[in-house]
Amino acid sequence: MNVNLRLSPRYRRTAGTALATAAMLCVTAAIAADGEYALAIQDHRFQPAELVIPADKKIKLSVENRDATPEEFESHDLNREKIIAGKSTITIYVGPLTPGRYRFYGEYNEKTAQGVIVAQ
Amino acid sequence: MFATAVIVFREVLEAALIIGILAAATRSVPGRNRWLLGGLVAGLTGASLVAASTDVISSMASGVGQELLNAVILGIAVLMLAWHNIWMSSHGKALAISAKSVGSAIREGRQEHSVLLVVVGLAVLREGSETVLFLYGISATDGAGASSMLLGGVIGILAGVAVGYAMYAGLLRVPMRWFFAATGVLVLLLAAGMASQAAHYLIQADLLPSLAAPIWDTSAMLPENSIPGMLLHSLAGYDPRPAGMQLIFYALTLATIALGMKWANSSHAK
Repeated sequence: MNVNLRLSPRYRRTAGTALATAAMLCVTAAIAADGEYALAIQDHRFQPAELVIPADKKIKLSVENRDATPEEFESHDLNREKIIAGKSTITIYVGPLTPGRYRFYGEYNEKTAQGVIVAQ
Repeated sequence: MFATAVIVFREVLEAALIIGILAAATRSVPGRNRWLLGGLVAGLTGASLVAASTDVISSMASGVGQELLNAVILGIAVLMLAWHNIWMSSHGKALAISAKSVGSAIREGRQEHSVLLVVVGLAVLREGSETVLFLYGISATDGAGASSMLLGGVIGILAGVAVGYAMYAGLLRVPMRWFFAATGVLVLLLAAGMASQAAHYLIQADLLPSLAAPIWDTSAMLPENSIPGMLLHSLAGYDPRPAGMQLIFYALTLATIALGMKWANSSHAK
């Protein structure tokens, strides 16, 4: 944030306004960040296995694969599929979703890699 | 082993069906086998390269490189299939009637060959890279299970190829007077399905609006991972939860190619 804090009394009011603006920007940024969610894959399991997101909103989901082997994030419920190379992270856009439970899984390790997104 | 076979089968099936249909559709084009094989080899080579650079591709275009690559591959394949179908509706019958066609037909046949090569190559590239990654993942996990899982992979590949071959052999049994209509419709549906899949990737990458998703939900009635669901998905782009934009892509592609075929057919008949 580029808020100049070298103050002379004359500019105090201006600085105050700038600070208020900056604070507002922070709030906006927080709202934007609100739309971002993260999952990790470790030992072929999703962490967390259940992720709650707001309904009727498009969100940005990042999935980090901490395993050395590749994985495919797949969900028929969400109509999404994306390969994640070993030791790397992908992002994927999800929604807007109507309230409900949406299952997803790792196609390459379906036995253990199971998870669910709850939109509410 | 069984689970592995199923996953690999799923990946191989789509490419195998595409190759089966195209091989049948071009049965009267001379020297087609060499070009099919060329497409297969090029596709496998490309698949290994794509698999090896997955993380690089993923991080390209601010994280949506994978979706863009898939959409571009599908887009090119749609164009090629459209061209193939329109070309076939103006020349296919002539080719079928006299296999010893005149010079110009052979020259045009050569163009048809390169289309064939490209479509087969792209189909193998897309499905193959996922198979390569999956099998690599298995072989990298050491343990007693790895070799039995790799065997599963081989079984999956063979089963996929068998279905593709069955498609090919079945089509060859279709009587000649319906043959071009049959392969024409199949290629048309393949192209429309690929266009819808391309839209799906662009929506996933947030480059296109979904325009309401899903439009309908038939996942309980006909799930995409059931055998009929898989076949319908591969052959006609079946999606149990399509987005509005996918339907638009599907319908536009279907209409454009069908009109092109009709136009080519009538202008050739004159």
